[in-house]
Amino acid sequence: MNELHYPWIEIAILLPLLGAGWVAQIPDRIIARRHCLVFAVLASIAAAAEAWDFYSLHVHQAEDHWHLMTRLIGRELFVIDELSAPLVPLTSLLFLLTALATLRTKVPRFSFSTMLVGESIALAMFSAIDPWVIILMLIGSSVLPYFELRSRGRPTRLYAMSMITSAILLVVGWYLVDSCGRRPESFWRLIPLLLGVSIRCGIFPFQTWLTDLYENATFGTALLMSTPLAGAYAALRLIVPYAPEASLRWLGLGSLLTAVLASALSMVQKDARRFFCCMVISHTAMVLIGLEVATPIGLTGAMCVWLSAGLSLGGFGLTLRALEARRGRLKLTHYQGLYEHAPALAICFLLTGLGCVGFPGTIGFIGTEMLIDGAVGAYPHVGPMIVIAATFNGIAIMRAYFLLFTGVRYSSSVSLQIGGRERIAVLTLAALVLGGGFFPQPGVSTAFHASQYLIKERANRIPEVKAIHHEEDDDHDDNDDEHHDRDERDDHDHQD
Amino acid sequence: MNWFTILGLIVVGCPTLLVVVLGVASIIDRPLSERWSSRLVQIAMVAGLLASVAILVMMLNDDDRRVPIELGHWVVLSEHGHMTAKQLANSDHAHHALFHFSFKFEFDRLSVPFVILTFILCGTIGAFAEKYMHREAGYNRFFMLYSIFVLGMVLTSLAGTIETLFTGWELVGLSSTLLVAFYHERQNPCRNGLRIWIVYRLSDCGLLMAALLLHHLSGEGDFDSLMGAGAWPEGVASLPPAQAFTVGLLLLIAVAGKSALIPFSGWLPRAMEGPTPSSAVFYGALSVHLGAYLLLRISPLLALSPALSALVVILGLSSALFAAFTGRVQTDIKSALSFASLTQVGFIVAEIGLFAWLGHRWNMPKLLYIPLVHILGHGCVRTLQFVRAPSLLHDYGILENAIGGRMAFVPPRWSSALPQRWRTRMYRLALHRGNLDAILQKYIVDPLVASLKWLDGFDQWVVKRVNGKSDESVSDDS
Repeated sequence: MNELHYPWIEIAILLPLLGAGWVAQIPDRIIARRHCLVFAVLASIAAAAEAWDFYSLHVHQAEDHWHLMTRLIGRELFVIDELSAPLVPLTSLLFLLTALATLRTKVPRFSFSTMLVGESIALAMFSAIDPWVIILMLIGSSVLPYFELRSRGRPTRLYAMSMITSAILLVVGWYLVDSCGRRPESFWRLIPLLLGVSIRCGIFPFQTWLTDLYENATFGTALLMSTPLAGAYAALRLIVPYAPEASLRWLGLGSLLTAVLASALSMVQKDARRFFCCMVISHTAMVLIGLEVATPIGLTGAMCVWLSAGLSLGGFGLTLRALEARRGRLKLTHYQGLYEHAPALAICFLLTGLGCVGFPGTIGFIGTEMLIDGAVGAYPHVGPMIVIAATFNGIAIMRAYFLLFTGVRYSSSVSLQIGGRERIAVLTLAALVLGGGFFPQPGVSTAFHASQYLIKERANRIPEVKAIHHEEDDDHDDNDDEHHDRDERDDHDHQD
Repeated sequence: MNWFTILGLIVVGCPTLLVVVLGVASIIDRPLSERWSSRLVQIAMVAGLLASVAILVMMLNDDDRRVPIELGHWVVLSEHGHMTAKQLANSDHAHHALFHFSFKFEFDRLSVPFVILTFILCGTIGAFAEKYMHREAGYNRFFMLYSIFVLGMVLTSLAGTIETLFTGWELVGLSSTLLVAFYHERQNPCRNGLRIWIVYRLSDCGLLMAALLLHHLSGEGDFDSLMGAGAWPEGVASLPPAQAFTVGLLLLIAVAGKSALIPFSGWLPRAMEGPTPSSAVFYGALSVHLGAYLLLRISPLLALSPALSALVVILGLSSALFAAFTGRVQTDIKSALSFASLTQVGFIVAEIGLFAWLGHRWNMPKLLYIPLVHILGHGCVRTLQFVRAPSLLHDYGILENAIGGRMAFVPPRWSSALPQRWRTRMYRLALHRGNLDAILQKYIVDPLVASLKWLDGFDQWVVKRVNGKSDESVSDDS
């Protein structure tokens, strides 16, 4: 297999892990944050270098240099490919910016060492293609919030029940798929896996644990647990390459219902965290719809929405978190008029919020267009539903904006202005949201390559998809031949 | 690069640059001074106006009826993945792309007058706003949103593809919403802004679905493939009548939302909460005519489907009737003016439906110039009325002080012919704006919100039951 020039994957995973150990030793929380930031920056640089190195190779998949894992355990656990290459730097960036935007007043409540462990697990998950490693990392990432809930004396039963059920279903589900040579022709064999992923993604009616987590965990932890869309990654690696069309359709149906329902629910929320959680669920479901469509355009759209949702929702969440740090839990029941005190936060709130719903000029625009286009191509009724979901999300964002930033003249004896670190975090995300909107081609091309790679993988594994793929190739060749013949005829005419 | 392309780039580039400069200054929290903000707006408007007038002169001189300017493919996806977007755009493969999104602008007899009107009115109102907004707390915010509006108008006017049109359309919607809620320390403007945003977003669903259907039917969102290659108004659509009806119907939803036609008329008087300069240029002149402009752009579709044309005529006339009826009893001058605007917009829409069909039947497509001239004339007159409104009230005050009482009001003769009971009923109906908002609220919004709240409550109930604790102990734990 192809190799990266340096062992970036392992460096990116190990650095936060080392950092977690280091930071845990530091009693002073302010100094701990500073050290945590250093490790998070280094991990982000390694993750970015990993993606850069991979793209410079022009290959579909690459392993780490020096094969450290092979020497230790006899096989490579971590590989970077077209699908994971953009997700690794995105995830490390989200962790870095979350740490950066944590206010001094909130430092005692937020565990930086746990955050670094979480980053390491998340990067390991996005760098793994072995299903068992992915399942293990999914389980590992769900354990950390549980300990946080316990240490804060918050209810854990619903969260624990959901995560344990999801873990069992994932393990059993993958065992069933693996035991039939990874060719699950019967829908029943896929049911545990579909259910396990649905619970993890918060697909209706399993969304309750996620709203519970947002209400009881710290905002930072809930944000980092949900915005990299780890559940969607499980669907991408465990289901999409192996599931026949009929099974995917069930997942798609559930996702479609969830996307519309969650977006509709986001319009009536009274609590800002629950509102944000609905947005996350709705976007996860939209990504799953694109994955389920499994056409080049639909998959490319889903990948683009994934990246845009990761960035936009990340920025949006950080803006809400910054507001919460100033005002306490934010209620969406009355006007709060914070614009005059924090105009930069208001602008970032709007920018990132509109980026989430695919507003023109933001990173989500092209992705949403392609997702809808792909969905309409596959199933005509799906496109209008996604349009409706995006519309509801747009309405919910503007409602939240007006309720939080306008309506009254708010007076405060202390400055609520955005701090330097927060400004860097939200401006970085805002720049990426706008930059990706104005220059979408690189991101779209990357996503397109990834989708082609995934479709080839599906075609290699599933006979019915292979047959369709061959037919399409034949049609394409015929069209090319016709086109060629026509060109030749035109040339002859010109010569005559 | 020829002169047309250079001038076209100036027309589109001026408002774009203005948005970038004012936007970056706002994001980094370093707003420009009042003088610089207004000066930049004036420079951008004058440069854009001169460039668009130069294009018009060149088109008249060369007898060019249509000048398309393609800025290349913004996004291209092709099986030939190794090629760059630019290479694809220049190659034959672009026609076989799986997906492409291009920025294309059309300068023709429809778009050039409209874009000139945009620059003239936005320049004039920009100069007016410089004084009107002087020392207002949101001076920079006003000009930032104003520049987004101008960019949206220019993109919508010149759009050669439905995606470009959608981009401009959405920018106009966003700036309208935020300008209605400009005085955001009060609740009413914010409530009204949100209502307008909801109507815009819901009606924009129609535009987006039409764009999708268009992509589905013709493989691209280019207006050429929809309207035929002929210059406006002579284009002939290439779709079968049934498909033309469906695409047209979806677009009609977007038109009704943007131009406040029935049943979406309720937002128009609410939009008067914004500053007078933006009300004047948005709801007196430009934004409110965007729906009619879109109908003119898709007039070949109307020509293909008599049923669609009839629907447009009915929608236009009923909106005009409704606005004339309601406008008579409005108690503030801006609302009265907004309904007067809507009356004219209703007539314009009806004219478009009628003349698109008649023009096709009698082979006289130039009949469509009548609604275009109506738009241009009405836009100018109404803007003048809007900006004159505050000083007119002041003048009335002076006059009434001078004569020592209210000016006499003589009711129309026909009104006394109606029984008093009917007069009261009609007055109340007009005052409540035909109860349109109340009907939508009662039969659509309230049931939807109630069912969503029930579902949300059920979700919370499940959490409490499973966790076994009530989660009342929320604190500021971020």
